Amino acid sequence: MERITLAHGDGGELAHKLITDVFVSTFRNERHAKFDAATFALGTHELAVTTDSFVIKPIFFPGGNIGKLAVAGTINDLAVVGAIPKVLTCSFIIEEGFPIRHLKTVVQSMAEEAKKTNVAIVAGDTKVVERGSADGLYINTTGIGIISHPLERNMDEGDSVIVSGSVGDHGVAVLVARGELGLVSTIESDCTSLYLLVAKALEASQRIRLMRDPTRGGLATTLVEICEDFGVTIELEEECIPVKKEVKGACELLGFDPLYLANEGKVVMIVPKEDEQAVLDALRSQPEGKDAAVIGTVRATNKGQLLLRTPLGTTRRLYRLTGLMLPRIC
Amino acid sequence: MLEVTDHSTLSQMLLQEVKTLADRFQQTFGRIPSFMEVCGSHTMALARTGVKKALEGYVRLISGPGCPVCVTDQVTIDAMISLTDGVNRIICTFGDMVRVLGSYGTLMQAKTEGKDVRVVYSPVDAVRIAEQHPHQEVIFLGIGFETTIPILAAAVKEAEEKQVRNFSMWMSTKLVEPILRQLLHDGEVALDGFLLPGHVSMVMGRKHFEFLATEYNIPAVISGFEALDMLSALRHLLLLSLEQRAVVLNDYKSVVTEQGNVQAKYWMNHYFTLCDEAWRGIGVIFDSGMDFKSEYNQFNAKVKFPIPTREPRRTKCRCGEVIRGLIDPPQCALFGRACTPLNPIGPCMVSSEGSCAAYYQYMREE
Repeated sequence: MERITLAHGDGGELAHKLITDVFVSTFRNERHAKFDAATFALGTHELAVTTDSFVIKPIFFPGGNIGKLAVAGTINDLAVVGAIPKVLTCSFIIEEGFPIRHLKTVVQSMAEEAKKTNVAIVAGDTKVVERGSADGLYINTTGIGIISHPLERNMDEGDSVIVSGSVGDHGVAVLVARGELGLVSTIESDCTSLYLLVAKALEASQRIRLMRDPTRGGLATTLVEICEDFGVTIELEEECIPVKKEVKGACELLGFDPLYLANEGKVVMIVPKEDEQAVLDALRSQPEGKDAAVIGTVRATNKGQLLLRTPLGTTRRLYRLTGLMLPRIC
Repeated sequence: MLEVTDHSTLSQMLLQEVKTLADRFQQTFGRIPSFMEVCGSHTMALARTGVKKALEGYVRLISGPGCPVCVTDQVTIDAMISLTDGVNRIICTFGDMVRVLGSYGTLMQAKTEGKDVRVVYSPVDAVRIAEQHPHQEVIFLGIGFETTIPILAAAVKEAEEKQVRNFSMWMSTKLVEPILRQLLHDGEVALDGFLLPGHVSMVMGRKHFEFLATEYNIPAVISGFEALDMLSALRHLLLLSLEQRAVVLNDYKSVVTEQGNVQAKYWMNHYFTLCDEAWRGIGVIFDSGMDFKSEYNQFNAKVKFPIPTREPRRTKCRCGEVIRGLIDPPQCALFGRACTPLNPIGPCMVSSEGSCAAYYQYMREE
């Protein structure tokens, strides 16, 4: 009998198969399944809605905790579809024995993160389960936003691919924080809300084609999905992709690829070549976007492949995350 | 701090030089040179960095038997998986092992069926788990080459010092020297030189590999894992081949010394002794692995939990030929069809150092 394995939750090939075969095919909403948040009209308003569950281990990590992550992650899913995040609901599943002081710290972080973007946390739910039935604390957040900048999503050859900063920081920070690797590192998670950063970029260009926050599965899996969903071929320049030295070092040691590590405070966007500099300047004007870089180009609009050009001048195709054993990181 | 590098120009210049030397080799000997990278990490790095693809038609790079998961015999894999059948046991292993298909399933399947199988990053973590669960037996699956054996010894040392009695190890380790001798003795693949494993050499030292030059008259170069490191090593190999000089060069001096890590070798030999090991697709090679000395049998899972061997179920998997350098992964009929990283049939597709996984992940174009 086929059963769910941990790999079904890593955001890669198996997770994609599960979503396609079980959820999308049953719920029959294929169009909306392509985006981080679904958009819909209600009266005269165009709205966006998204939901996400956070099961990270450990709950506290350098640069954040599960509460900050839950709020930032949901705000980011709204921001990247061009929405102004407005309200969030949250649901807590708490294991018997979890310290209340830790819960208070987590909830305080949620309030602080929501305040940054002026988002109201408006409703919630609390369930306590028996010791051993959960791992400390799980949080689900649902967010609603108003669409301010509908994205056109039509990409052209020559469009630029921009990432707002270095990739893999969150993945490595959490792996190190678990204390299983015997590594000491100063790397902090990039976990943060991106709405204000994205708003600056949208001010700089009215023609941003598409945005995504490359969380589970990392930059590579996110871009593979864009390539497949929209039929575009993107060529990345390996040397242009910002990766911190510490992240690179940890990856070499552990056999991970930074392009497949989770991020929680980065946005990748596709913009017309003419708007590239304006968007870069806008991103770099904000602290979260100071390391923004152009990392690739849309080469064709009919093949749907993600390619990586190496410093040797060769290209290789990138696929969704497959077979990497990463513990729960978001 | 972000790394600002411009390796591109340097890499391309070195690549060009390697190609020029390879051309000269072809003009001199009437064929392209064949080098074997012994180590699975090199196999992955050569594919990931694009070196292998860039040298297609110039240099034949053959993956050798240096991936610990890939060389583990099917009978051993079956035995390791059947360890989960016992009650009150926690099986600890490195990540790749949980997905390797045995004759009757995987460790991952055993885990999803409720068996306690845990992935650890170090065998020392398994000792800690044993301390935390004094009423359960913790068994670590000890696979690996000379790079890993000292770490296994470190775990046993910790268990011994802390008197952890519910910790044991199922050893299936392999040594590089005997398999290289076997490959050269069999002569199934014509080789012009070896790209030697940087990590194993770090433990064993350059001198350990001198037998290749003195006894088999074949050049070898110890290399790091960056594109520039590997291109530099290939350049040396080509120069040595052209000059018909058989020497063993250390091109990874920042890490590898002449004698290696004396302390690591001491602890390896303190707890373990040479034993015959079965290699996947090759068979049993005399003194090609290490197992517990009898005085440390309290840590030997094979003694504590003897398992009857079962006849393995045969598949059409050709991993055995891949690790002997006889075929490239796409030549296996299962590659990319029945056998993918999501549904691996053979260990070379599972392992993060496996030749098939490297091809599938980095060299597949469709």
